[in-house]
Amino acid sequence: MATKDILGKSINVDEEGYLTDHSQWDKEIATALAREMNIELTDAHWKVIDFIDRDFKEKGVVPGIRRIKKVGNIPTKELYELFPDKPIKTAATISGYPKPASCV
Amino acid sequence: MSETSKLKKVSIVVSKGSLESVYPGLIMANGARMEGIESSLFFTFFGLHAIVKKKMDHLKVATVGNPALCFPTPMGMSMPTWMGAIPGVSAFATSMMKKEMDKLDIPPVSEFIEMIHDAGGTIYACKATVDMFNLSMDDFCPEVDKVLTVGEFYELSSDAQIIFT
Repeated sequence: MATKDILGKSINVDEEGYLTDHSQWDKEIATALAREMNIELTDAHWKVIDFIDRDFKEKGVVPGIRRIKKVGNIPTKELYELFPDKPIKTAATISGYPKPASCV
Repeated sequence: MSETSKLKKVSIVVSKGSLESVYPGLIMANGARMEGIESSLFFTFFGLHAIVKKKMDHLKVATVGNPALCFPTPMGMSMPTWMGAIPGVSAFATSMMKKEMDKLDIPPVSEFIEMIHDAGGTIYACKATVDMFNLSMDDFCPEVDKVLTVGEFYELSSDAQIIFT
């Protein structure tokens, strides 16, 4: 297992950079991970991260775009504006969860 | 995959109008956007039904001439092909498949098209088919960006991988 040094701490990650131990995650880590991807977290970003966190704890998987829209009330357009390029993968990395496994 | 070999753009052609023919194109277009790949959908011939307001949410599974059809258990019992022609069988197979798709959070066609469009994907209709079916822009869902000739489609796809479904 790989580790990554961030904010003076060593966190466990997989080869693609997803955290493997969510207990090592906190808001400062999220902010630092986001900065590495050139994203400055705002309240709108936190709404997405908080939803992924809640939903993962309930369902055990990273929610897809449709669930984030329907259950999390975050419009798809906004999601792509907040996390450009790869919205779900980026948001999952910042939220400290595994690689999303859904096709939609 | 290295940055230089990363797939940047896909143009997906949807040419058939049955439920099982339309969804792969939609899933691939949406999946491309999720990976940061530019994506366009080009609907032609009966594939056009997927963007016609009155038709898009009423697409059906083709049960006639589909020897792969089976019940939705793991590689379930196959259905004799002649049964596919019995009235109601296509509607039944369609409702079974829609139920399974809903479990996977795969949306109905109209919502899926909206999602792809909101994600920055573009939606095109094929001009030859639009003329052949006597359709106008009013017949299409609002996400349709443009009616294109095949030439314009190739121009727009010049730097893309073209996927025909």
